Amino acid sequence: MTTSAPSLPTTRAAQPAVHKTKKKRELSLGKQLLYQVMLLAIAFVVLFPILWIVSLSLDPRGISRPTELNLIPPGASLKAFQAVMDKPTNNPVTFAQLALNSLKLALGVSVFSVLIGVSAAYVFSRFDIPGRRLLMLMVLTVLMLPAIGTIAVLFVLLNKVQIGPTPADTLRNSLLGVGFAIISGALPFAIWNLKGYLDTIPRDLEEAGRIDGASHNQVFFKIILPLAVPALAVTGFLGFLAGWTEFALSWQFLTRPTDFTLAMALWNMTGQYAGQVPWSNFAAMSLLVAVPVAIVYLALQKYIIGGLTLGSVK
Amino acid sequence: MAAITPERQAPPSGFKRWWNRSSTTRIAWLYLAPAFIVMGVITFYPLIYQVWMSLTDYGIKNLRFDAAAPNFVGLTNYAQIFSGELPVAIANFNFWNVLAFNLIWTFTNVPFHVIIGVLIAVLLNVKGLWFKRIYRAIYILPMVLPSLVIAVVWRNMFDSQYGAINQGLSAITHLFGGDPVTTRWMDQVDPIIGTFGTALSLPLSYFALLICNIWLGWPFMTIVATGALQSIPGDLYEAASIDGASSRQSFFKITVPLLKPAMIPAAVYGLVATFNLFNLIYLMSSGGPLRQTEILVTTAYRLVNEQRLYGVAAAFSIIIFFVLLILTLITNRITKATERYDA
Repeated sequence: MTTSAPSLPTTRAAQPAVHKTKKKRELSLGKQLLYQVMLLAIAFVVLFPILWIVSLSLDPRGISRPTELNLIPPGASLKAFQAVMDKPTNNPVTFAQLALNSLKLALGVSVFSVLIGVSAAYVFSRFDIPGRRLLMLMVLTVLMLPAIGTIAVLFVLLNKVQIGPTPADTLRNSLLGVGFAIISGALPFAIWNLKGYLDTIPRDLEEAGRIDGASHNQVFFKIILPLAVPALAVTGFLGFLAGWTEFALSWQFLTRPTDFTLAMALWNMTGQYAGQVPWSNFAAMSLLVAVPVAIVYLALQKYIIGGLTLGSVK
Repeated sequence: MAAITPERQAPPSGFKRWWNRSSTTRIAWLYLAPAFIVMGVITFYPLIYQVWMSLTDYGIKNLRFDAAAPNFVGLTNYAQIFSGELPVAIANFNFWNVLAFNLIWTFTNVPFHVIIGVLIAVLLNVKGLWFKRIYRAIYILPMVLPSLVIAVVWRNMFDSQYGAINQGLSAITHLFGGDPVTTRWMDQVDPIIGTFGTALSLPLSYFALLICNIWLGWPFMTIVATGALQSIPGDLYEAASIDGASSRQSFFKITVPLLKPAMIPAAVYGLVATFNLFNLIYLMSSGGPLRQTEILVTTAYRLVNEQRLYGVAAAFSIIIFFVLLILTLITNRITKATERYDA
C-alpha cells in the first residue's frame, strides 16, 4: 500500500494558509446534520432487531405473540427470564444443566484446540523440516470442507464406539463425541490461525535467545508463547464460540435430554417446535445465549478482527 | 557451545552424529505429534473413510458396530445425486438447482456487504463528525451476536402475523389508511421477480434471507475498510482538492484503488463464508418453501438428518469439497490478477 502512494503530497506541500482555513470548519453544519441523519438511520436499522428482542423479553405481560410493535414495553419485568430459567424446554432438563453442557463443549473445544494447535503452528511457522509443505497442505485441505461436510462420516464412525453399558451409549450419543466432532474442524482452524499470527512475530528475539544458549523448548515456552497470548486468546475465543453456538452436530448426534445444550433449547423454542412457547420466553432465551459471548467479543474485538483476517487470508 | 570441545577430542560415531544433527528435526516432529495424532484419528481418517463411504450404500442398517458392512456400489451415489433419483425420494430435489441457488445466493450477498461496508466506513471516516465512537460501537453489534441467535430472531421477525417486519410495515400503511401487511415472507411459493431459467426462481424467502444477511454481513467489511482507510495518508486528499478534484473524483481515484488490497481478501473470505452459511439458512427459512432456498450444506445435512442416507451424504460432501475447491481456485486467480493490476 505504501508503494502505491505517490510522492504527490511532498512535491506540492500544502501552503499553511490553506491548511488553516480548512481546519476552521472541517465540516459545515448542513453536511454534519445530513450525515448525522444518515448515521442515525443506520443505527436504527442495526438496533431494531436487538431492541425488538430486548423489549419482548422485558414485557411484563409475558405475551405469547406480540400483536403490535412496542419498542419500549409498558413497565418492565424479568418474568420471562425467570420462566426460561425455571423450565427452559419441555424436556426434563434444567437450565443450569443446559448451560453447563454448552460450557463444557465450548471450554473443551477451545482449550483443547489451542493447547494442541499452538505447538504445531510453531513448527509450521519456524521449522523447515521435510514434509512440512505436505502437512500444511493437508491442514489447508481440511479447512476447505465446511463442518457440515463431515457430519455423515463422523456420525457413522462415532456410532461404532460404545462407551456405556447399553448399545445406545455410543460416543456419538454423548457430549464427548460432539466435542470430538467439533474439534475435528476446530483444530486445523486453530493451527492455521495461530500460524498466521506466529508468522508476524519477528525472529530477532528467538535468534537472540538461541545465541544465548536457549533450547528449542525454552524459546517456545519463554519467548514465543508469551508473545502469542493475544492470538491464543482470540483463537481460544473462536473455539469457545464454535462450541457454545454449535447446533447442527449436537442436533444430529444427541438424543438424551440431559446432554442437550442451550443452542438446541433455543431452536426448540422456534418454528415448528414452538407451538406453545411464548415469544417473551424465546426472547429471553435468545439474550441468555447471546450476551455472554457478546461481552467477551467486545472485550477482544480488536484482536479478533485482526486474527480473523490474518488467518483467512494468509 | 560447551558441547563443541568434547566433540573435537573424540569424533562421535555415525549414529551419534546423525542424532545430534537431527535434533532440530526431532523437536519439530515432537511438537507436531500431538496435533497430528489427534487430527489423524478425528480428521484425516474420517475424511478418507468418507471417500470409501461415498462408494457404498451405507444406511441405517449398517450403523451398529456389529452390523454387516455396506455394499460397494461404485459411483452410483454420485450418479443419483446428479440425476436427482435418490433411493429415498426427496420432493423437489435437484442438485443443479441447489448449486445454482447457492451461487446466486453467494454472489448477490457479498457485493452488498462490500459496497455498503465501504460506504459506511467512508462516512464514519469523515473528519469532524460528531459521535463517531458511539456509532462505531453500535455498528459492530451484528458481528457480536451469535449467528444462531440472529437467525432465529429474524425468523420470528419475518413471521407473517406476529413478526416485527410486517407490524412495522402495517404501522406505515395504517398512516395512509391501508390494510395491515400480512406478507408471508417465509412461505410464499410464487416468485415475486422474474425467473432465471425455467426451473429456478427466487422466492420471497430469498429476499428475507438476503435482508437478514446484509444486516449481518456489512459490519465486518466496514471494520476492514476502516483499517485500510486510516492508513491512506490525508495528504493525498489535500493535494487532490488543491488540484481541484471533486470529492467524487477523489473517492474513485484515491479511496477505491487504495482500499482494493484490503477489500479483496475480505471479499474472498466473505464469499466462502456466505457459500457455506448453514446456520442462517437452516434456522431461518429451513431451505423453504419447497426447497427453493436450499444450499449445498443444508442439503447435505438433510441427507443425514432426515433421509439417513449416509453413503449418499458422504458423496454429497465430496461434491461440496470439489465445488469449493473450484470456487477457491477461481477467486484466488481473481485476487492474484487484481494484485498484479495494482502493482
